[in-house]
Amino acid sequence: MAAPTSSPELLGVAARIAEMAGAGEQVEAFVARSTSTSVKAYGGEVESLTQASSAGIGVRVIVDHREGFAYAGTLDEGAVLDALAEARDNAQFGEPDEFNALAEPDGVEPAELDLWPAGLEHVPTADKVAMALELERATTGRDPRVGGVRVAMFADARGEGAVATSTGIRAWGRAGSCHLAVQALAVHEGETQIAAGLSVGREVGDLSVEEAASDAVLRATRLLGSTKPATQRVTLVLEPRMTATVLGLIGGMLNGEAVLKGRSPFAGRVGEAIASPMLTFVDDPTDPRSLGAETHDGEGLARRRNELLVDGVLQGFLHNSYTGRRSGTASTGSAHRGVSSTPGVGAAALAVAPGSGTFEDVLAAVEHGLFVTSMAGLHSGVNPVSGDFSVGVEGLMVKGGELAEPIREATVASTLQRLLLDISAVGADLEWLPDGTGGVTLVIPDVALSGT
Amino acid sequence: MLDHDLIRRTLGTALRTGGELAEIFVEDRTSSNAVFDDGKVENLSSGRDRGAGIRVIVGETTGFAHTADLSESGLGEAAEAAGAAARRGGGGVVEVALTRQDAPRPNEIAILPEEVAKARKVELLRRADEAARGAGGSITQVTARYGDSRRRVLVANSDGLLTEDDQVRTLFTVMAVASGDTGMQTGYQSLGRTVGFELFDRYDVEDLAREAAERALIKLGARPAPSGTMPVVMGPGGGGVLFHEACGHGLEADLVAKGASVFAGRVGERVADPRITLVDDGTMAEEWGALAIDDEGSLASRNVLIEDGILTDYMWDLLRSRKEGRPRSGNGRRQSYKHLPMVRMTNTYVLAGPDDPGQIVADTPKGVYVAHLGGGQVNTATGDFVFGMTEAYLIEDGQITEPIREGNLIGNGPAVLASIDAVGDDFAMGSPGMCGKDGQGVPVGDGIPTMRVPALTIGGTA
Repeated sequence: MAAPTSSPELLGVAARIAEMAGAGEQVEAFVARSTSTSVKAYGGEVESLTQASSAGIGVRVIVDHREGFAYAGTLDEGAVLDALAEARDNAQFGEPDEFNALAEPDGVEPAELDLWPAGLEHVPTADKVAMALELERATTGRDPRVGGVRVAMFADARGEGAVATSTGIRAWGRAGSCHLAVQALAVHEGETQIAAGLSVGREVGDLSVEEAASDAVLRATRLLGSTKPATQRVTLVLEPRMTATVLGLIGGMLNGEAVLKGRSPFAGRVGEAIASPMLTFVDDPTDPRSLGAETHDGEGLARRRNELLVDGVLQGFLHNSYTGRRSGTASTGSAHRGVSSTPGVGAAALAVAPGSGTFEDVLAAVEHGLFVTSMAGLHSGVNPVSGDFSVGVEGLMVKGGELAEPIREATVASTLQRLLLDISAVGADLEWLPDGTGGVTLVIPDVALSGT
Repeated sequence: MLDHDLIRRTLGTALRTGGELAEIFVEDRTSSNAVFDDGKVENLSSGRDRGAGIRVIVGETTGFAHTADLSESGLGEAAEAAGAAARRGGGGVVEVALTRQDAPRPNEIAILPEEVAKARKVELLRRADEAARGAGGSITQVTARYGDSRRRVLVANSDGLLTEDDQVRTLFTVMAVASGDTGMQTGYQSLGRTVGFELFDRYDVEDLAREAAERALIKLGARPAPSGTMPVVMGPGGGGVLFHEACGHGLEADLVAKGASVFAGRVGERVADPRITLVDDGTMAEEWGALAIDDEGSLASRNVLIEDGILTDYMWDLLRSRKEGRPRSGNGRRQSYKHLPMVRMTNTYVLAGPDDPGQIVADTPKGVYVAHLGGGQVNTATGDFVFGMTEAYLIEDGQITEPIREGNLIGNGPAVLASIDAVGDDFAMGSPGMCGKDGQGVPVGDGIPTMRVPALTIGGTA
């Protein structure tokens, strides 16, 4: 969400519902609307062209500290009123919790952010189609081993959201972005490798066909000839997008809800060193470089900069209004939600503070390692409660400070707690990723690599 | 769900720009969920999503638009948008005649969840919490979730097809946290069927809760998992995900056609031991992936993919089967009316084999026994796949011994499939799953008998 420019219609829809709150009742309406286009190219033709618009409303009611919720996938008058009635009925079945209450205005001003791609609206569909077709051509035309793609795609989305509550919250914002994505197929001597390349931005002019195509081709071709490595201990070198993935998991463990409910191994450790002193990371949705930037959170409070780790020392946890209140602190503006759910807690723009050295500098110091370029099975092999970490990996071995042979069908395992403490180098090569997170190259010594 | 004349007019509008085939998919989905966490009922939520997706096919191109507005004008706009995206000159006025086709349901629904008092749903959660906490003093947290959904769909297309389905699913899950000297461990158990509230007349939520709690308690004393390659025995039901990942996705015709599957061009070849027969079956009564029709209106069916070790067929959707001039297999599915369908699995399972499960373990001097698997992921181009073990033990001297901690296993689909050297006679279906592909999730089931893979890489640290 970004700052309002006028009194938007959507905020009116939300406010009208919030104003229906009866005596002793709190009502919150979260309303969202979006439009999107997606063009998929394959074999020199448009494989599919999708034009979509969606809207919906989620209504939360709190009575006598009991919470009920309902949503509707439309803004039709009847359905919206049904959702309010259903949320009221549902509230009878929740158990009272003294900390159940809606957010209240906390005086924090939303950041001034320009997240609206004003030009995107006027880009003709034909231009979007042309970009998808061009992406496929650019991908297949640069290396004899890459003769085809699984899909080449242009996609954009523009959305607005509003939150209004009977406690006085009135928030509205809008944002949009577009991206190019291609999955290149590299084939050589009966072996096939597939890899994705991306280019992301707010306006079409921010996108680069060249960047997405060359990234996909490099990633697919460098894995050709990969073999299963021997089981050994190695120094992990995580590229920025892998770092962002791992830190996203850590961010989830620093969520106030997990902490309060006894599901975070970092509960009770504020002020302690839980990571290498080289590591600082923040969640800053007010940083416009992040595609996760937004002015308001899911409860309508201003998004703000939250330091999570400074020089390895845990600074605190992320909170929505419920977890903040129950923890005896306050919301950190980190309520995370969609239309069909109640607000949880989540980071929006987690990023590592850049360290020192380029990727080449960092790599040069690694004698025997594995440069990880993809991880699989994050949902099945990482447990955010115990911290157990075991994932499938692909990548390139590192020998004497240089990239060496490609490997596949292997896993690396440790615990997230151990990985954080053992970080031995943090690169300066900050890269912003499509999900809004920012990563750098990280080095972690002595990790178990399982292969033959 | 929608007036038939309105459907005919909408399909006619969609074809005005010269489309070869127009389709309307109408969905009305209602759901209710209740969460019990941290010792209390957190909240009850309910929702409704209703809308239509319209697609128009011309040659290799599909135009697609969706709308939540089911009025004549809302549908007309979506039909025009889909038609404009798949334009080929010509066109004109197209008259569509529809013939209603009844689709047999895999099973009847005895008790519609929407007719059950909310208080009864909440009560199940309380019972589960109590049972899980009663399993041992080390259980420090319990989350129980109840969910039901009713998905009414109508599919009609310009070939004259008109058919409907009413899919009711009920799910109950429990996650327990156990705390000890070595930190915290979790145990998870779930029960999901394509049935109504009668599910709870047949299964006790207390049993489910105790299984989740015991899984967490077992892991408190677990050793780090080994690192490296060794034999793996999968327990009945617990390892169905292996086939879903190791070869299921690779047998989806859309991936095969694009050269993105290691199983492309291999129909008729031996891909596994003769003891292996793999089936995908949408008609399997009550299972999590059961349907009367897929989301393109094709009748669900039982499709043999691997028979006695020979690859017999892939799974098909409308686009691929139309292109190759062959029958559809009932595998065209989509997450919602907002999504385009693609080839998806339903209930995927391996039939029971001839071997004695006890003997399979006894014949394994050293290895890992996986009693329960979590999810998995596959790279269909290389065939490399991972899956998580959420309850596993060491096998030492032919005996199941100590529990080991969580981790992923990794293998290569065709290699693993070809190497399986024991298939038990004790088939069971596994837990309900949500399969993700290109950002769309659909409910799927899986099952296997006990089986042994002679070499898989265990992603541990020891």
